[in-house]
Amino acid sequence: MQEFKPKIVAFYCSNCASSAASISNKLNLFLPENIKLINVPCTGRIEILHLLKAFENGADMVYVVGCQEDSCQYINGILKLKNRVAYLKNMLEQMGIEPQRLEVFSLYAGKGQDFVNVANEMLTKAKELGPIY
Amino acid sequence: MIVAEAKPIKEILEMIDGFNKILVVGCKGCVTVCNVGGAKEVAILASAIRIAKKKKGKDVEVGEITLERQCDPEYIEELRNIVQNYEAIVSLACGVGPQFISERYPEIRVFPGVNTRFMGGAIEHGVWAERCAGCGQCVIHYFGGMCPIARCSKSLMNGPCGGSNHGKCEVSPEIDCIWDKIVRKMMAQGRLDELLKIRPPKSWLTARDGGPRKMVREELVK
Repeated sequence: MQEFKPKIVAFYCSNCASSAASISNKLNLFLPENIKLINVPCTGRIEILHLLKAFENGADMVYVVGCQEDSCQYINGILKLKNRVAYLKNMLEQMGIEPQRLEVFSLYAGKGQDFVNVANEMLTKAKELGPIY
Repeated sequence: MIVAEAKPIKEILEMIDGFNKILVVGCKGCVTVCNVGGAKEVAILASAIRIAKKKKGKDVEVGEITLERQCDPEYIEELRNIVQNYEAIVSLACGVGPQFISERYPEIRVFPGVNTRFMGGAIEHGVWAERCAGCGQCVIHYFGGMCPIARCSKSLMNGPCGGSNHGKCEVSPEIDCIWDKIVRKMMAQGRLDELLKIRPPKSWLTARDGGPRKMVREELVK
C-alpha cells in the first residue's frame, strides 16, 4: 500500500508569522515538503470561503499562522480569523469532516522554531487522521 | 431589511440527501446585506455541499447563482434555462424567495437554506435587532419614533408595565424596555403630556391576524 502523503495548506501573515518563517530559514530549519504556504497581508483577510476552497481542492489539513492577539498590525485581524475558524470548525463537524483538520496558531515574530513546530504538529495530526476523502 | 440566519449545514445536507445536482440560489436584496444569502454565502454553501458529498463518496454537481432579488418574478425568470439542469434548488433568500421559485418552477424541489427571523436593522456589525412587526398601521410617531408593537414584549400601547426594571424588560435582561426609552425620549422632547392620552386597543385587522395579506395598488396595475 502506498504511503499516505498528506496535502497541507498553510496560510501565514506577512508580519509576525512571516518574520518567524524567515528566522526558521536562517536557522536552517525546513518545513515538511508537503506543506503549501500562502502568504497573506493579514490573517483577518482570510475568509471562510478561502479555507473551504482549500479543503474542496483536496487539502487534508489547513492551518493559519498569525500574530499574537495583542500585536496584530491591523488591530484585531487574528481575532477575526479565530472567530471564523471556530465557526468553520463547527460547520466541518456537521459536514462529517474532523474539525481538527483546521487549526489556527499565534506566533511571536522571533520564534522561527515554532513556525516549523506547528507545521510538524499538523503533519503528525494529518497522518493520524488519514486522507480527508 | 428582512433579517435571516443560515440554517445549520447539517439540516441543509439532510434536506438534499439523495440529490446530486443542486443549484444554490442567492439574493442580492436583504439577505446579502445581513450576510446570509449573497454571492459570498452562496459560494460558501456550494463549497460545503461539495466537500460533504465528496466525503460520502458521492459525485455531485453544485451550481451557483445570485439573483437581483427573489421577490420579483422577472428575476426568478432568469432561472428559466438553468433549472432543468438540476434536481433541487437551495434558496438563500428569505421565506419569500423559495416560494416564488417553487411557484414558477413547480417541477423542481426547492429547499430553504436560511431561517427568516424578523424585520430589523444592524445595530452594529454582526448584530441585528427587530424594529418592525409589520402590523399594517404604523403608530411610531405617537411614541417618540419607537415601535411598542415590535419592541415591547407585550406590544403595549399604554406602557410601561410593572415588569420594567431599570430600563430592562422582565422577559430578559438582554431586552431593553422600549417604554422606558419612549418615556425618556418624550421627556427630552418636552412631549410627556402626549403619553397621558390613553391609546385604544389596536385593530389587528391590518396585521397577520386578518389572514394572509395582499396589497393592490390600482395605479400600478397594468
